[in-house]
Formats: sequence, C-alpha cells, structure tokens
Amino acid sequence: MEIRLQNLTKTFPCRDRKAGRSVRRKKEDKTNTNTAGAEKSADIENAAKNRQSAKSGQDVIAVNDFTFTIPDGKLIGLLGPSGCGKSTTLNLISGLLTPTSGRIFFGQDDVTELPPEHRGIGLVFQNYALYPHLTVRQNILFPLENRKGKDRLTKTQMQEMADEVARLVQIDTLMERKPGELSGGQQQRVAIARALVKQPRVLLLDEPLSNLDARLRLQTREEIRRIQRETGITTIFVTHDQDEAMSISDQIVVMRDGVVQQTGRPQEVYDSPANLFVAKFLGTPPINVFEGRVRDGVLYIGTDALPGMLERLSGVSVWSANSELTSGTVCGAGVTVNERQGMQKTSAAVKTNAGSAGFEDREVWVGIRPEGFLLREDGPLCCDLTGVEVMGRDVSVLSRNEASVSRTVRSIISTDNQVDTSSATVRFALRPEKVFLFDKETEERI
Amino acid sequence: MDMAKGRFGNIKGWLYLLPAVLFLGAFLVYPLIDVFIYSFEEGYNFTSQTYYGVGIYNYSYVLHDTYFLQAVKNTFLLVVITVPVSTGLALLISVALHSIKRFRNLLQTIYFLPYVTNTLAVGLVFMILFKKTAYSDGMINLLIHFFGGSSIDFIDGPYWAKMLVLCIYTIWVVMPFKILILTGALASVNEDYYKAARVDGTSKFRIFYKITLPMISPMIFYLVITGFIGAFKAYSDVVALFGTDLNAAGMNTIVGYVYDMLYGDSGGYPSYASAAAIILFVIVLTITCINLMISRKNVSYQ
Repeated sequence: MEIRLQNLTKTFPCRDRKAGRSVRRKKEDKTNTNTAGAEKSADIENAAKNRQSAKSGQDVIAVNDFTFTIPDGKLIGLLGPSGCGKSTTLNLISGLLTPTSGRIFFGQDDVTELPPEHRGIGLVFQNYALYPHLTVRQNILFPLENRKGKDRLTKTQMQEMADEVARLVQIDTLMERKPGELSGGQQQRVAIARALVKQPRVLLLDEPLSNLDARLRLQTREEIRRIQRETGITTIFVTHDQDEAMSISDQIVVMRDGVVQQTGRPQEVYDSPANLFVAKFLGTPPINVFEGRVRDGVLYIGTDALPGMLERLSGVSVWSANSELTSGTVCGAGVTVNERQGMQKTSAAVKTNAGSAGFEDREVWVGIRPEGFLLREDGPLCCDLTGVEVMGRDVSVLSRNEASVSRTVRSIISTDNQVDTSSATVRFALRPEKVFLFDKETEERI
Repeated sequence: MDMAKGRFGNIKGWLYLLPAVLFLGAFLVYPLIDVFIYSFEEGYNFTSQTYYGVGIYNYSYVLHDTYFLQAVKNTFLLVVITVPVSTGLALLISVALHSIKRFRNLLQTIYFLPYVTNTLAVGLVFMILFKKTAYSDGMINLLIHFFGGSSIDFIDGPYWAKMLVLCIYTIWVVMPFKILILTGALASVNEDYYKAARVDGTSKFRIFYKITLPMISPMIFYLVITGFIGAFKAYSDVVALFGTDLNAAGMNTIVGYVYDMLYGDSGGYPSYASAAAIILFVIVLTITCINLMISRKNVSYQ
C-alpha cells in the first residue's frame, strides 16, 4: 500500500511557556531558511502560517509540514536524533495521534480522520507491549479475536493464521510460552507476528531494535528485512541509529526538529547530503568538518589550499538524491510537491554552479568523509599526526588540524598504505566525491 | 575457616533480626500460644490463675452458644456482602477516576476522606442518617417518607435493616483505601498496552476484561485478602452504630463475642474467649488459603 503524507504538521500544546517560545523560535528560523527562495506559493503559505502560530500560540511543533510518498512494498527508515518528531510521525500514520493539519493517504483512501483500528495497520512498539499474562499464541490471536460480525473467523481459521505467521517469524515452537519466558529477540518476533496476523496494509515499527543487544540487533535487522521482503508489506520503521536505517531501508527519511532534512536511498543520501546536519548524522565514523573558505576560486582549509577541488566538486550533482526519489514515486499531488521541490532545488544548484569554478568568495564548512582521505606525500592537506588505530581491514589515522571543528580528524586508510608513525605530520589528498561544502550560515550544501 | 565465617555471618544475621524477633515473640507469638493453651483450659480464672481441667469443653460451649452462632452468622453475612461489593464499587470508581482528567485529584481527595475520618465520628454521621430519635426519624426515613414509604427503625428495628446499615457503613469505610490502591494500580499499567489494543480494534469492554483486569489483578487480590481478614475482624464499626450491648441488639460479631466473653459479666470467661478467638483464627486461615489457591489460577504476576 502506497502511503502519501501531505503537508503533515503536528503541534503539541506547550507545558512550559518559556521553553515553548524558544523551541518555536528555532523551528521558525528553520522553516524560513528552508523555504528561502521558494517560488512555490504553498511553501510561502506554510511559512507564513508557522510564523503566525509562532506569534500567537505556545505550541511545540513536533512534525512540521511533512510531505513524502512512501512507495508500495518498500521498507522506509525514519531517521533522526531523539526528539526530532520521527515517533510522532509514526503515530500520525498509525492514527494514535491526529495531525494538526495535513492529510494522510493510504493508496487512494484519505485516512486522516480514520481511527487506528480502521486503518489496517500493524504496529510494533518499542517495548513490544506484549500482554504478559497471555501466552504467545494468545497474544498473536488477540487481534483476530477482536473482530466481530462477518469479519469474525472460525477458531480453526484463526489458529491457522496464527500458526502461519508464527512460522514466518520463526517462533512456532514457542507458542505456549509466556512473553516473560522469552528473550528480547523472541519477544520482538512475537510482537511482529501479532502485528502481521491481521494482514495489515502497513507495518509500523517504533525503534524495533533499541531494546536488543548489539549482536541480536544485527541478526534481527536482517530478520525484519527478510520478513518485509516475504510479506511485501509497506513498512515504516523509526530509528535513531543511522547504521540500522542505512543497512536495511529501501529509502530513508532524515528528520530534525520536526522538519524533513532529506529523503532518498541510503547510499544516495550518504553520498550527497543536503546539509551539514545530514552529513554529520550519517556515517560511522562521522564526517570530519573543517572551517574553510573560498578565495579567488580556490578552496582553503585553514591555510592549506586545495587547488582544483572546486572544479571537481561542481561536477558532482548535488540534488540527485531528490530527483531520483521523485522519479521512483510519481503519483498524485504529494509527489508533485516533491517533484517541484526537486526541480527547484536542482535549479538553485545549477544557478550557484553557473559561475563554473566561479564560487564567489565566502566562508564555508568543509565536510570530508573519513574514507575521503588519501595518504600522499605531496597531498595538499597537512595535519599533525596523533595516532594510528589498526582495525584489521584498514587503519584509522588520527590527526589534528587547526581548522577542524572537532579535536580529532579521523581518516580511514586501507592497510596497503604504510603510515609513518614516527612522523609528526601527515599529508592527505582528498577524494572529491567524499568532500562536501556547506554554507556557513544556512549549513545547506553548496 | 569457611565454616567459621559462615557461622559468624549467620550470627550477624540473627543479631540484625533480634529486635523484630523479640518484639514479635513477646507481643504476638507468645500471646498467640497462650491463647491457644487457654482455649483448652476449662474455667480458667485470671485472678486465681486456676482452672478445673483440660479438654475441648470450651469449644463445645462456644459452638453451642446462640450468641456465638449469631455472631458467626452476622460476621459471615458482613464479609460475603461487603468484600465483593466494596471491591467492585472501588474498581468501578477507580476506572471512572482514571478515565477523567479534570478534577481527578480533587475527586480522589474527596473519595479518600472517609479513610482519615474517625470511626466514631463517621458512626455519628450514620446515626443522623439512620437513627430514630424523639425529634427526628433520621434523614433516610425522611427520604422514605418523601417517596411515600413508612419509616423503618434502622438501629433498633428489624434485623435486615440493621444489617443493611452495617454493610453500607462498612463498605463506606473500607472503600477509600481500595480506591487509592486501585487508582495507583491502574495508573501503573503501561499506556502502550492500551495503544496496542486500540490499534487492533479491541472493544472497550474487552480491553478492560482482557488487559486492564489481569494487569491489576495482583492488587485486586491483595484487596480481597485484606478485605476478608478486615471484615472478619469487624468490631469497632458495629459498636459505633449499635452501642456496646451487641448481643442484645443481635448484631454481635465474632470479635465482639470474644471481647464480651473477656470483659463481660464482671470477671469474664477467658477460656471461652480464647476458644472463640482460635475458631476465628481457623476460619480466617482457611478462607485465606482458599483465596490463595484461587488466586494462583487467576492472578498474573509479571
């Protein structure tokens, strides 16, 4: 089932007046920068609306103008730091919360006003919410036993469905146990089975792996992927763990402060982050950020000039992620917005690039992925070597640079390269596809 | 070495327990054993510390005493009526309290007031409500008059009227505590269970019956057990309503009977009192054991 979210907004009444005001102001700024230069009337309208509510109300905007189309049968990861509104978004889709404004469509049906039980969703809670006094079988049967009238199945039909879904998630040997007698991973499977047994149109998972230990987490995420593939149910899961989202999602949605930062296939978002936040949020080890500036068409990090980098950077398509997403999901109004956004942003990108190497002189943030460093005797970037960590497959070179935002610059170098640990400095060349420039003020990608 | 250390640890443990053990032993275990012994000593006299013989005559006397049988009947009626009704009503009120947001705290306080009110003060209020005096028939009779009935003497009148007043009184007194416990239990049920049930389209009744009730069953069970024990030990409430001459009023309870036997008729009959007390102890123990057995099947501890 394709899910369409249209200008979805959720505001919560604020408890603490002072805090509410400050949060909102931040959100308001965010909205303004996001819509800066937008030619779309809808966006301007929304911005105006937000500004208005910012003045009059005391509300916290948990989800702000969320427009996105989730293609049928895909696994989507809602990703962001805690408090970014991803769980609120999930609850809006489930119907446990009603949006302040905006619409939700499942296929052609507008489900915005529909209560959760009529939406045909399966929801797996972060703590699984398995009824502790019922056995696994009773837990799985619970949603089926709720049905009344003509939807009611016979006892044997119910048992068959429960057995089938139990086999799918591989808990068919545990049916007579109580949830308390199961491991975390097994409980997770029971929760998924209970969500799947009523054959939902959409499966929603709230932080599905956060209660599991590291080894089980790896295993379970593969399991979720397999179950999703086998059932073909459109699945949305919420996570703050970028590894988790990257590894199993067909598409990820990165959120921050209730605003969608970027959507796209994991690799695309990683390779082409829309702003500094997305760049910093994705990737382990995290991206290295430097203060840099453009002078006469040359990029400087600290005092090191990186000749030719700008020319090579402008060759990389900035908004490919968005345009790709659009082409995959063309349908209805929600996508037109997406499409327009994509186009508008692409055109904006073209405009900045239009001066060819003519990046105007400005202060920038330079983000360099750890794997973007190449050890070169004559490399342009010079850092003070502080340590080398051997990790088997590759080594991680720790160094220091005046211009770096964080104390340590971490680069990952393949073991083929010998690192001279006795040397005080180390020089790097950079792989342009791993280097991103961001505006100093807006933190948007240049 | 290990043994010595273990023994030393043991001694230390007992040392920690000593104050409690001494206290309980002196004021609980010793009297209990003493009462048990008294109950077999025929015609024991406090002042002369003498008795005629040892046997089960005390029990046989008590069990044939019409006052005792009346007391047992009263007590059982009280238990059977008040425990389920008060627990059920408390559950109903707690669920209602839990489902509202405004005035919840205010209402909770109001519902809790009877608990902190003195028993005799409450008895006075019930007098005003039910007692027939030279000046007034009592509030309830005024109401009955208003609806065209004839007045009933609730305090000195027919047995059922007196029992009714006693039950209403007892229920009213024990409810606040139960409401307090149950609202606490309801609040401690994880909201996610309800959300999960809602998403699955569970009806309100089914949610209550299949989720809420099992979740708070340990607390309900606790209230039922303590409710049974409390009701079996009813005495002060009865005195507050019907005065001290309970046998004459026909409203005596087992504890009341024990008390009367100890202090009544100048000097009293400690042997009969002890036998009655032991019988009460056996009854309470049996009922509690039955409760525990039932609970094993129906109460789910997490």
